[in-house]
Amino acid sequence: MNINLTLFGQMIAFFFFVWFCMRLVWPPIVAAMVARQEQIAEGLETADRAKKDLDLAQKRAMDELKKARAEAAEIIEQARKRSAQMVEEAQRDARAEGERLKQAATADVEQELRRARETLRAEVSALAVVGAERILERSVDPQAHAEMLDRLVADL
Amino acid sequence: MASGFETTAEEYISHHLVNATFGRFPDGHERAGQWGFAGSGSEAESMGFWALHVDSLGWSIGLAIFFMWFFRRVAVTAAQDPAAIPTGLRNFIETLVEFVDGMVKSVFKHPDTSYVAPMALTIFVWVFFMNLMDLVPVDLIPYIFQYGLGVEYMKIVPSTDPNITMGLALSVFSLIIFFSIKQKGLGGFLAEISFHPFGKWLLPFNLILEVVGLLAKPLSLGLRLFGNLFSAEMIFILIATMYTGLLLGLFGGLLQFAWAVFHILVVPLQAFIFMVLSVVYLAQAYEEGEEH
Repeated sequence: MNINLTLFGQMIAFFFFVWFCMRLVWPPIVAAMVARQEQIAEGLETADRAKKDLDLAQKRAMDELKKARAEAAEIIEQARKRSAQMVEEAQRDARAEGERLKQAATADVEQELRRARETLRAEVSALAVVGAERILERSVDPQAHAEMLDRLVADL
Repeated sequence: MASGFETTAEEYISHHLVNATFGRFPDGHERAGQWGFAGSGSEAESMGFWALHVDSLGWSIGLAIFFMWFFRRVAVTAAQDPAAIPTGLRNFIETLVEFVDGMVKSVFKHPDTSYVAPMALTIFVWVFFMNLMDLVPVDLIPYIFQYGLGVEYMKIVPSTDPNITMGLALSVFSLIIFFSIKQKGLGGFLAEISFHPFGKWLLPFNLILEVVGLLAKPLSLGLRLFGNLFSAEMIFILIATMYTGLLLGLFGGLLQFAWAVFHILVVPLQAFIFMVLSVVYLAQAYEEGEEH
Protein backbone atom coordinates (compact mmCIF):
# COMPACT_ATOMS: atom_id res chain seq x y z
CA MET A 1 0.00 0.00 0.00
CA ASN A 2 2.94 2.26 -0.66
CA ILE A 3 2.85 5.15 -3.03
CA ASN A 4 5.71 4.66 -5.44
CA LEU A 5 6.74 4.74 -9.06
CA THR A 6 3.67 2.71 -10.03
CA LEU A 7 1.74 5.98 -9.83
CA PHE A 8 3.74 7.48 -12.66
CA GLY A 9 3.75 4.23 -14.55
CA GLN A 10 -0.02 4.25 -14.48
CA MET A 11 -0.13 7.90 -15.56
CA ILE A 12 2.11 7.21 -18.54
CA ALA A 13 0.00 4.18 -19.44
CA PHE A 14 -3.15 6.30 -19.10
CA PHE A 15 -1.93 8.97 -21.47
CA PHE A 16 -0.72 6.38 -23.93
CA PHE A 17 -4.02 4.50 -24.00
CA VAL A 18 -6.09 7.68 -24.18
CA TRP A 19 -3.95 8.81 -27.07
CA PHE A 20 -4.34 5.41 -28.71
CA CYS A 21 -8.10 5.49 -28.27
CA MET A 22 -8.27 9.07 -29.52
CA ARG A 23 -6.25 8.42 -32.65
CA LEU A 24 -6.97 4.84 -33.66
CA VAL A 25 -10.22 3.70 -32.04
CA TRP A 26 -12.73 6.47 -31.53
CA PRO A 27 -12.73 8.27 -34.92
CA PRO A 28 -13.23 5.23 -37.20
CA ILE A 29 -15.98 3.77 -35.01
CA VAL A 30 -17.84 7.07 -34.73
CA ALA A 31 -17.37 7.74 -38.44
CA ALA A 32 -18.81 4.33 -39.27
CA MET A 33 -21.76 4.96 -36.96
CA VAL A 34 -22.44 8.34 -38.53
CA ALA A 35 -22.18 6.80 -41.99
CA ARG A 36 -24.65 4.10 -41.06
CA GLN A 37 -27.01 6.63 -39.50
CA GLU A 38 -26.96 8.60 -42.72
CA GLN A 39 -27.57 5.45 -44.73
CA ILE A 40 -30.49 4.47 -42.54
CA ALA A 41 -31.94 7.97 -42.72
CA GLU A 42 -31.59 7.85 -46.49
CA GLY A 43 -33.24 4.45 -46.63
CA LEU A 44 -36.13 5.62 -44.51
CA GLU A 45 -36.53 8.69 -46.63
CA THR A 46 -36.54 6.59 -49.79
CA ALA A 47 -39.12 4.26 -48.31
CA ASP A 48 -41.20 7.25 -47.33
CA ARG A 49 -40.98 8.68 -50.80
CA ALA A 50 -41.84 5.32 -52.36
CA LYS A 51 -44.86 5.05 -50.11
CA LYS A 52 -45.96 8.53 -51.06
CA ASP A 53 -45.48 7.65 -54.74
CA LEU A 54 -47.50 4.50 -54.31
CA ASP A 55 -50.27 6.43 -52.59
CA LEU A 56 -50.25 8.94 -55.39
CA ALA A 57 -50.32 6.24 -58.05
CA GLN A 58 -53.14 4.46 -56.28
CA LYS A 59 -55.08 7.67 -56.05
CA ARG A 60 -54.46 8.36 -59.70
CA ALA A 61 -55.55 4.84 -60.64
CA MET A 62 -58.69 5.28 -58.56
CA ASP A 63 -59.41 8.58 -60.30
CA GLU A 64 -58.84 6.96 -63.69
CA LEU A 65 -61.17 4.15 -62.75
CA LYS A 66 -63.81 6.54 -61.53
CA LYS A 67 -63.52 8.58 -64.69
CA ALA A 68 -63.74 5.46 -66.86
CA ARG A 69 -66.78 4.29 -64.95
CA ALA A 70 -68.41 7.68 -65.35
CA GLU A 71 -67.60 7.63 -69.06
CA ALA A 72 -68.99 4.17 -69.45
CA ALA A 73 -72.15 5.19 -67.64
CA GLU A 74 -72.46 8.20 -69.88
CA ILE A 75 -71.98 6.09 -72.98
CA ILE A 76 -74.60 3.62 -71.82
CA GLU A 77 -76.96 6.47 -71.08
CA GLN A 78 -76.37 7.93 -74.51
CA ALA A 79 -76.91 4.56 -76.13
CA ARG A 80 -80.12 4.10 -74.23
CA LYS A 81 -81.29 7.53 -75.26
CA ARG A 82 -80.26 6.90 -78.82
CA SER A 83 -82.06 3.58 -78.96
CA ALA A 84 -85.18 5.10 -77.47
CA GLN A 85 -84.95 7.81 -80.04
CA MET A 86 -84.50 5.28 -82.82
CA VAL A 87 -87.48 3.31 -81.66
CA GLU A 88 -89.53 6.45 -81.50
CA GLU A 89 -88.36 7.47 -84.94
CA ALA A 90 -89.20 4.08 -86.32
CA GLN A 91 -92.59 4.25 -84.74
CA ARG A 92 -93.18 7.69 -86.16
CA ASP A 93 -92.01 6.57 -89.59
CA ALA A 94 -94.20 3.53 -89.46
CA ARG A 95 -97.15 5.59 -88.35
CA ALA A 96 -96.49 8.10 -91.14
CA GLU A 97 -96.16 5.31 -93.68
CA GLY A 98 -99.35 3.72 -92.48
CA GLU A 99 -101.10 7.04 -92.70
CA ARG A 100 -99.76 7.58 -96.18
CA LEU A 101 -100.80 4.09 -97.28
CA LYS A 102 -104.23 4.63 -95.80
CA GLN A 103 -104.60 7.96 -97.58
CA ALA A 104 -103.43 6.41 -100.85
CA ALA A 105 -105.92 3.58 -100.42
CA THR A 106 -108.67 6.06 -99.58
CA ALA A 107 -107.77 8.10 -102.64
CA ASP A 108 -107.82 4.97 -104.78
CA VAL A 109 -111.14 3.98 -103.40
CA GLU A 110 -112.53 7.47 -103.98
CA GLN A 111 -111.16 7.53 -107.50
CA GLU A 112 -112.63 4.12 -108.17
CA LEU A 113 -115.92 5.34 -106.76
CA ARG A 114 -115.82 8.46 -108.86
CA ARG A 115 -114.96 6.45 -111.92
CA ALA A 116 -117.77 4.04 -111.19
CA ARG A 117 -120.07 6.95 -110.59
CA GLU A 118 -118.90 8.50 -113.88
CA THR A 119 -119.54 5.28 -115.70
CA LEU A 120 -122.86 4.86 -113.98
CA ARG A 121 -123.80 8.39 -114.81
CA ALA A 122 -122.93 7.95 -118.45
CA GLU A 123 -124.84 4.74 -118.53
CA VAL A 124 -127.77 6.23 -116.69
CA SER A 125 -127.90 9.19 -119.04
CA ALA A 126 -127.71 6.91 -122.06
CA LEU A 127 -130.33 4.68 -120.47
CA ALA A 128 -132.44 7.70 -119.75
CA VAL A 129 -132.11 8.83 -123.33
CA VAL A 130 -133.01 5.36 -124.60
CA GLY A 131 -135.87 5.21 -122.13
CA ALA A 132 -137.13 8.59 -123.14
CA GLU A 133 -136.82 7.68 -126.81
CA ARG A 134 -138.76 4.59 -126.10
CA ILE A 135 -141.40 6.53 -124.14
CA LEU A 136 -141.71 9.23 -126.70
CA GLU A 137 -141.39 6.82 -129.53
CA ARG A 138 -139.56 9.33 -131.38
CA SER A 139 -136.13 10.50 -131.74
CA VAL A 140 -135.12 13.12 -129.45
CA ASP A 141 -132.56 15.53 -130.47
CA PRO A 142 -129.78 14.99 -128.00
CA GLN A 143 -128.40 18.41 -128.60
CA ALA A 144 -131.70 20.09 -127.78
CA HIS A 145 -131.89 18.29 -124.46
CA ALA A 146 -128.24 18.21 -123.62
CA GLU A 147 -128.61 20.93 -120.99
CA MET A 148 -131.39 19.12 -119.29
CA LEU A 149 -129.46 15.87 -119.40
CA ASP A 150 -126.33 17.40 -117.96
CA ARG A 151 -128.34 18.75 -115.04
CA LEU A 152 -129.70 15.30 -114.61
CA VAL A 153 -126.22 13.83 -114.69
CA ALA A 154 -124.99 16.38 -112.12
CA ASP A 155 -127.87 15.43 -109.82
CA LEU A 156 -126.88 11.82 -109.85
CA MET B 1 -7.40 -20.24 2.92
CA ALA B 2 -7.31 -23.72 1.57
CA SER B 3 -6.54 -26.42 4.04
CA GLY B 4 -3.06 -27.85 3.80
CA PHE B 5 -1.30 -24.54 3.70
CA GLU B 6 0.05 -23.78 7.12
CA THR B 7 -0.85 -20.17 7.60
CA THR B 8 -2.82 -18.26 10.16
CA ALA B 9 -5.67 -16.02 9.12
CA GLU B 10 -3.57 -12.97 9.89
CA GLU B 11 -0.68 -14.13 7.75
CA TYR B 12 -3.09 -15.05 5.00
CA ILE B 13 -4.69 -11.64 4.96
CA SER B 14 -1.48 -9.66 5.09
CA HIS B 15 0.00 -11.88 2.40
CA HIS B 16 -2.88 -10.89 0.16
CA LEU B 17 -2.18 -7.23 0.73
CA VAL B 18 1.40 -7.18 -0.53
CA ASN B 19 2.14 -6.31 -4.12
CA ALA B 20 4.79 -7.91 -6.25
CA THR B 21 7.22 -5.03 -5.75
CA PHE B 22 10.30 -4.55 -7.86
CA GLY B 23 12.82 -2.08 -6.50
CA ARG B 24 16.23 -1.35 -5.05
CA PHE B 25 17.00 -2.92 -1.73
CA PRO B 26 17.77 -0.28 0.90
CA ASP B 27 20.94 0.15 2.95
CA GLY B 28 21.24 -2.37 5.72
CA HIS B 29 19.65 -5.12 3.69
CA GLU B 30 21.73 -8.14 2.83
CA ARG B 31 21.25 -7.36 -0.85
CA ALA B 32 21.67 -3.59 -0.35
CA GLY B 33 22.02 -1.66 -3.57
CA GLN B 34 20.74 -4.50 -5.75
CA TRP B 35 17.51 -4.49 -7.71
CA GLY B 36 15.00 -7.25 -7.24
CA PHE B 37 11.60 -8.35 -6.02
CA ALA B 38 10.75 -7.71 -2.39
CA GLY B 39 10.43 -10.86 -0.34
CA SER B 40 7.99 -9.51 2.21
CA GLY B 41 5.63 -6.64 2.94
CA SER B 42 8.14 -4.79 5.10
CA GLU B 43 10.84 -5.21 2.48
CA ALA B 44 8.51 -3.77 -0.15
CA GLU B 45 7.84 -0.83 2.14
CA SER B 46 11.53 -0.23 2.76
CA MET B 47 12.17 0.17 -0.97
CA GLY B 48 10.55 3.59 -0.75
CA PHE B 49 9.37 5.56 -3.74
CA TRP B 50 11.64 4.09 -6.37
CA ALA B 51 9.88 0.79 -6.60
CA LEU B 52 7.32 -0.56 -8.96
CA HIS B 53 4.23 -2.67 -8.29
CA VAL B 54 4.81 -5.00 -11.19
CA ASP B 55 1.56 -6.91 -10.61
CA SER B 56 -0.78 -3.89 -10.46
CA LEU B 57 0.83 -2.15 -13.37
CA GLY B 58 1.19 -5.37 -15.34
CA TRP B 59 -2.46 -6.34 -14.93
CA SER B 60 -3.57 -2.77 -15.55
CA ILE B 61 -1.61 -2.43 -18.79
CA GLY B 62 -2.42 -5.99 -19.78
CA LEU B 63 -6.14 -5.36 -19.40
CA ALA B 64 -5.84 -2.10 -21.32
CA ILE B 65 -4.02 -3.87 -24.15
CA PHE B 66 -6.66 -6.60 -24.05
CA PHE B 67 -9.65 -4.32 -24.53
CA MET B 68 -7.83 -1.87 -26.81
CA TRP B 69 -7.04 -4.82 -29.06
CA PHE B 70 -10.76 -5.55 -29.38
CA PHE B 71 -11.56 -1.89 -29.94
CA ARG B 72 -8.84 -1.54 -32.52
CA ARG B 73 -10.07 -4.61 -34.37
CA VAL B 74 -13.57 -3.17 -34.53
CA ALA B 75 -12.18 0.21 -35.55
CA VAL B 76 -10.26 -1.39 -38.43
CA THR B 77 -13.31 -3.25 -39.73
CA ALA B 78 -15.39 -0.09 -39.27
CA ALA B 79 -12.89 1.94 -41.28
CA GLN B 80 -12.86 -0.67 -44.04
CA ASP B 81 -16.61 -0.94 -44.36
CA PRO B 82 -18.38 1.88 -42.53
CA ALA B 83 -21.89 1.07 -43.72
CA ALA B 84 -21.80 -2.68 -43.11
CA ILE B 85 -24.44 -4.27 -40.93
CA PRO B 86 -22.72 -4.62 -37.54
CA THR B 87 -22.59 -8.01 -35.91
CA GLY B 88 -21.53 -9.37 -32.54
CA LEU B 89 -18.51 -7.62 -31.13
CA ARG B 90 -18.89 -4.59 -33.35
CA ASN B 91 -22.48 -4.15 -32.28
CA PHE B 92 -21.50 -4.34 -28.66
CA ILE B 93 -18.63 -1.87 -28.95
CA GLU B 94 -20.70 0.54 -31.00
CA THR B 95 -23.37 0.44 -28.32
CA LEU B 96 -20.71 1.23 -25.75
CA VAL B 97 -19.29 4.05 -27.86
CA GLU B 98 -22.75 5.50 -28.37
CA PHE B 99 -23.49 5.28 -24.66
CA VAL B 100 -20.27 7.10 -23.75
CA ASP B 101 -20.74 9.62 -26.53
CA GLY B 102 -24.27 10.46 -25.36
CA MET B 103 -23.11 10.78 -21.78
CA VAL B 104 -20.22 13.07 -22.73
CA LYS B 105 -22.40 15.23 -24.95
CA SER B 106 -24.98 15.68 -22.21
CA VAL B 107 -22.36 16.81 -19.68
CA PHE B 108 -19.62 18.41 -21.72
CA LYS B 109 -21.15 21.40 -23.47
CA HIS B 110 -18.07 22.52 -25.36
CA PRO B 111 -18.46 21.46 -29.02
CA ASP B 112 -14.99 19.89 -29.24
CA THR B 113 -15.31 16.48 -27.58
CA SER B 114 -12.55 14.93 -29.69
CA TYR B 115 -10.37 14.13 -26.68
CA VAL B 116 -12.93 14.03 -23.83
CA ALA B 117 -15.06 11.31 -25.36
CA PRO B 118 -12.22 8.86 -26.14
CA MET B 119 -10.80 9.59 -22.70
CA ALA B 120 -14.16 8.83 -21.09
CA LEU B 121 -14.42 5.58 -23.05
CA THR B 122 -10.90 4.56 -22.08
CA ILE B 123 -11.52 5.33 -18.43
CA PHE B 124 -14.86 3.55 -18.32
CA VAL B 125 -13.73 0.34 -19.99
CA TRP B 126 -10.38 0.27 -18.27
CA VAL B 127 -11.72 0.83 -14.78
CA PHE B 128 -14.50 -1.64 -15.51
CA PHE B 129 -12.03 -4.37 -16.43
CA MET B 130 -9.78 -3.55 -13.49
CA ASN B 131 -12.75 -3.81 -11.13
CA LEU B 132 -13.91 -6.96 -12.84
CA MET B 133 -10.74 -8.70 -11.76
CA ASP B 134 -12.20 -8.58 -8.29
CA LEU B 135 -14.72 -11.23 -9.30
CA VAL B 136 -11.98 -13.75 -10.03
CA PRO B 137 -11.79 -16.02 -6.96
CA VAL B 138 -9.28 -14.38 -4.62
CA ASP B 139 -6.79 -17.21 -4.47
CA LEU B 140 -7.00 -18.62 -7.98
CA ILE B 141 -4.44 -16.55 -9.82
CA PRO B 142 -2.16 -15.82 -6.82
CA TYR B 143 -1.86 -19.57 -6.18
CA ILE B 144 -1.10 -20.27 -9.82
CA PHE B 145 1.64 -17.69 -9.65
CA GLN B 146 2.88 -18.80 -6.24
CA TYR B 147 2.99 -22.57 -6.74
CA GLY B 148 3.23 -22.71 -10.51
CA LEU B 149 5.58 -19.89 -11.31
CA GLY B 150 7.24 -19.21 -7.97
CA VAL B 151 6.03 -15.64 -7.68
CA GLU B 152 5.43 -14.96 -4.01
CA TYR B 153 3.10 -11.97 -4.16
CA MET B 154 0.44 -11.25 -6.76
CA LYS B 155 -2.40 -8.78 -6.50
CA ILE B 156 -4.56 -9.06 -9.56
CA VAL B 157 -7.04 -6.24 -8.96
CA PRO B 158 -5.26 -3.06 -10.08
CA SER B 159 -7.96 -0.77 -8.72
CA THR B 160 -7.27 -1.96 -5.17
CA ASP B 161 -3.84 -0.36 -5.51
CA PRO B 162 -3.94 3.37 -4.65
CA ASN B 163 -1.07 3.94 -7.08
CA ILE B 164 -3.28 2.89 -9.94
CA THR B 165 -6.41 4.78 -8.90
CA MET B 166 -4.47 7.89 -7.94
CA GLY B 167 -2.49 7.56 -11.15
CA LEU B 168 -5.73 7.74 -13.09
CA ALA B 169 -7.05 10.57 -10.92
CA LEU B 170 -3.85 12.61 -11.21
CA SER B 171 -3.87 12.11 -14.98
CA VAL B 172 -7.38 13.51 -15.10
CA PHE B 173 -6.28 16.28 -12.74
CA SER B 174 -3.36 17.23 -14.97
CA LEU B 175 -5.80 17.37 -17.90
CA ILE B 176 -8.07 19.63 -15.83
CA ILE B 177 -5.19 22.03 -15.12
CA PHE B 178 -3.95 21.86 -18.71
CA PHE B 179 -7.30 22.63 -20.28
CA SER B 180 -8.17 25.27 -17.68
CA ILE B 181 -5.01 27.14 -18.59
CA LYS B 182 -5.42 26.48 -22.30
CA GLN B 183 -9.01 27.72 -22.23
CA LYS B 184 -8.68 30.72 -19.89
CA GLY B 185 -4.99 31.51 -20.09
CA LEU B 186 -2.65 31.31 -17.13
CA GLY B 187 -3.90 34.69 -15.86
CA GLY B 188 -7.50 33.65 -16.22
CA PHE B 189 -6.89 30.42 -14.36
CA LEU B 190 -5.04 32.16 -11.54
CA ALA B 191 -7.73 34.83 -11.37
CA GLU B 192 -10.36 32.14 -11.11
CA ILE B 193 -8.74 30.56 -8.07
CA SER B 194 -7.80 33.93 -6.54
CA PHE B 195 -10.85 36.16 -6.92
CA HIS B 196 -13.63 33.67 -6.30
CA PRO B 197 -15.86 33.37 -4.46
CA PHE B 198 -15.36 36.49 -2.29
CA GLY B 199 -13.73 39.07 -4.56
CA LYS B 200 -10.20 40.38 -4.57
CA TRP B 201 -10.13 41.74 -0.99
CA LEU B 202 -10.24 38.25 0.47
CA LEU B 203 -7.63 36.81 -1.87
CA PRO B 204 -5.82 34.46 0.55
CA PHE B 205 -9.09 33.06 1.75
CA ASN B 206 -10.27 32.55 -1.82
CA LEU B 207 -7.01 30.89 -2.72
CA ILE B 208 -7.25 28.41 0.15
CA LEU B 209 -10.86 27.64 -0.65
CA GLU B 210 -10.34 27.19 -4.38
CA VAL B 211 -7.10 25.21 -4.10
CA VAL B 212 -8.70 22.87 -1.62
CA GLY B 213 -11.68 22.52 -3.96
CA LEU B 214 -9.35 21.85 -6.86
CA LEU B 215 -7.30 19.26 -5.01
CA ALA B 216 -10.42 17.58 -3.72
CA LYS B 217 -11.26 16.57 -7.29
CA PRO B 218 -8.42 14.09 -7.92
CA LEU B 219 -8.39 12.96 -4.30
CA SER B 220 -12.08 12.13 -4.27
CA LEU B 221 -11.82 10.49 -7.69
CA GLY B 222 -8.91 8.25 -6.83
CA LEU B 223 -9.79 7.48 -3.24
CA ARG B 224 -13.42 6.68 -4.00
CA LEU B 225 -12.44 4.02 -6.50
CA PHE B 226 -9.67 2.71 -4.29
CA GLY B 227 -11.86 2.64 -1.18
CA ASN B 228 -14.73 0.85 -2.86
CA LEU B 229 -12.61 -1.79 -4.51
CA PHE B 230 -10.20 -2.26 -1.64
CA SER B 231 -13.01 -2.81 0.84
CA ALA B 232 -14.74 -5.22 -1.49
CA GLU B 233 -11.52 -7.15 -2.04
CA MET B 234 -10.98 -7.15 1.71
CA ILE B 235 -14.36 -8.75 2.26
CA PHE B 236 -13.59 -11.42 -0.32
CA ILE B 237 -10.33 -12.15 1.52
CA LEU B 238 -12.04 -12.20 4.91
CA ILE B 239 -14.69 -14.60 3.70
CA ALA B 240 -11.91 -16.74 2.23
CA THR B 241 -10.43 -17.20 5.72
CA MET B 242 -13.56 -19.19 6.57
CA TYR B 243 -12.40 -22.11 4.41
CA THR B 244 -11.27 -24.16 7.40
CA GLY B 245 -13.80 -26.95 7.52
CA LEU B 246 -16.50 -28.46 5.38
CA LEU B 247 -19.49 -26.76 6.96
CA LEU B 248 -17.89 -23.38 7.44
CA GLY B 249 -16.29 -23.70 4.02
CA LEU B 250 -19.66 -24.28 2.36
CA PHE B 251 -21.10 -21.33 4.21
CA GLY B 252 -18.11 -19.26 3.15
CA GLY B 253 -18.62 -20.31 -0.43
CA LEU B 254 -22.22 -19.18 -0.23
CA LEU B 255 -21.10 -15.84 1.21
CA GLN B 256 -18.49 -15.44 -1.52
CA PHE B 257 -21.18 -16.01 -4.11
CA ALA B 258 -23.59 -13.56 -2.48
CA TRP B 259 -20.91 -10.90 -2.16
CA ALA B 260 -19.84 -11.47 -5.76
CA VAL B 261 -23.42 -10.98 -6.93
CA PHE B 262 -23.60 -7.74 -5.00
CA HIS B 263 -20.21 -6.78 -6.34
CA ILE B 264 -21.46 -7.10 -9.92
CA LEU B 265 -23.33 -3.89 -9.16
CA VAL B 266 -20.26 -2.13 -7.79
CA VAL B 267 -17.99 -3.00 -10.72
CA PRO B 268 -19.73 -1.02 -13.48
CA LEU B 269 -21.05 1.59 -11.07
CA GLN B 270 -17.62 2.67 -9.90
CA ALA B 271 -16.33 2.65 -13.47
CA PHE B 272 -19.28 4.80 -14.51
CA ILE B 273 -18.83 7.22 -11.59
CA PHE B 274 -15.14 7.62 -12.37
CA MET B 275 -15.91 8.36 -16.00
CA VAL B 276 -18.77 10.78 -15.33
CA LEU B 277 -16.87 12.73 -12.70
CA SER B 278 -13.82 12.99 -14.94
CA VAL B 279 -15.98 14.41 -17.71
CA VAL B 280 -17.76 16.76 -15.30
CA TYR B 281 -14.46 18.08 -13.94
CA LEU B 282 -13.15 18.63 -17.44
CA ALA B 283 -16.38 20.38 -18.39
CA GLN B 284 -15.85 22.68 -15.42
CA ALA B 285 -12.34 23.41 -16.67
CA TYR B 286 -13.93 24.78 -19.84
CA GLU B 287 -16.51 26.86 -18.03
CA GLU B 288 -15.93 30.57 -17.76
CA GLY B 289 -16.13 31.77 -14.18
CA GLU B 290 -19.10 33.93 -13.36
CA GLU B 291 -18.39 37.67 -13.09
CA HIS B 292 -18.19 39.44 -9.73
